[in-house]
Amino acid sequence: MAARVRALETILTQKGLVDAAAIDVIVDTYEHKIGPRNGARVVAKAWSDPAYADWLRKDATAAIASLGFTGRQGEHMQAAFNTPDTHNLVVCTLCSCYPWAVLGLPPVWYKAPPYRSRAVIDPRGVLAEFGLTLAAETKIRVWDSTAELRYLVVPERPAGTEGWSEEKLAGLVTRDSMIGTGLALAPEAA
Amino acid sequence: MNGPHDLGGQMGLGPVAPEIDEPVFHADWEKRALGLTLASGALGAWNIDESRHARENRHPVDYLSSSYYEIWIKGLERLLKRHGFVSERDLAEGRAVDAAASPKRVLKAEDVPAVLARGGPCDRPVETPRFKAGDLVVTKNFSPSGHTRLPRYARAKQGVVETVHEGFVFPDSNAHGEGEQPQRVYTVVFTGKEIWGEDADPTLTVSIDAWGSYLEPA
Repeated sequence: MAARVRALETILTQKGLVDAAAIDVIVDTYEHKIGPRNGARVVAKAWSDPAYADWLRKDATAAIASLGFTGRQGEHMQAAFNTPDTHNLVVCTLCSCYPWAVLGLPPVWYKAPPYRSRAVIDPRGVLAEFGLTLAAETKIRVWDSTAELRYLVVPERPAGTEGWSEEKLAGLVTRDSMIGTGLALAPEAA
Repeated sequence: MNGPHDLGGQMGLGPVAPEIDEPVFHADWEKRALGLTLASGALGAWNIDESRHARENRHPVDYLSSSYYEIWIKGLERLLKRHGFVSERDLAEGRAVDAAASPKRVLKAEDVPAVLARGGPCDRPVETPRFKAGDLVVTKNFSPSGHTRLPRYARAKQGVVETVHEGFVFPDSNAHGEGEQPQRVYTVVFTGKEIWGEDADPTLTVSIDAWGSYLEPA
């Protein structure tokens, strides 16, 4: 595959259709600038600021944009708040739709057939493979991203974090907790 | 299309196998594959729906045995050939041999941050919604040979409209050069039992985001 991709880049740059330096900037953006730390800031702010949480619930695209996170695969955002009764899990069964602006590029497992096939029919089995076992009575809501809305799960704020700064709280917010395949970390893990 | 990409509910595909401390890319060619895909999209010859269909419209053995960036590259080669930017001879020789079609634009490095930050919003103004939150609806039963975003597992199922969204470009037409034909999108929630039958997890609900023409009143 490496040779095939190199050949394609050669052809496209020779024809003046692609600027190799533009590829470098794209790669640098998603390798170093846009990633799950963005989403963690959104969640930490929602935990700390009830007015912001309310805004995130009603207009996630605008609330997230107010922190500077906009653009490709984040144009139409919606937040799914976990509660003591309900756990949210996000999947794209048809391809790999994922909220790039807040989480960066999706991990391989999110794009691969096992997760895409099973999240909608056996979410508890999938969660167990992430080491997460929910109470038997917890309701599970699976969001299949079949259109252009992109979902950010807002995990529950861990107990024992009263008075923590947003920055410190953000350290508890993992990528998986914002997909729904994990929970936020306990304070002793920070 | 009832293609290999429509994976919801399929079995036998193995465990999820999450990777600890997974890197953003697993090889340098994956970086170039991402960049080539985005930069080629900026040529302005196709839209996201056509590109999704170019990826999913593959033999199941090929689709299921390719990594995701491999699927992207195979889809990209197909799009570049279809729109006259790359020829079979170019690919066979690994260099530019034939002349290319004229692109609408070429993405320059200095424009990348602004282009990525702007994204490609695909909401469009449309008329009054057909359904409101709380309405009972049934998804259509159909099997189009072209692109659709109604997964097989969610066809001919009864659900409840949870959220009425704005209008969005309709992928089933837009993927095939038939225009944007925007429609309202609705988040529709189904019980696990409605989709998977009596043995489904009783705590499970699944939602899809459905264009209005996928739905009928229940």
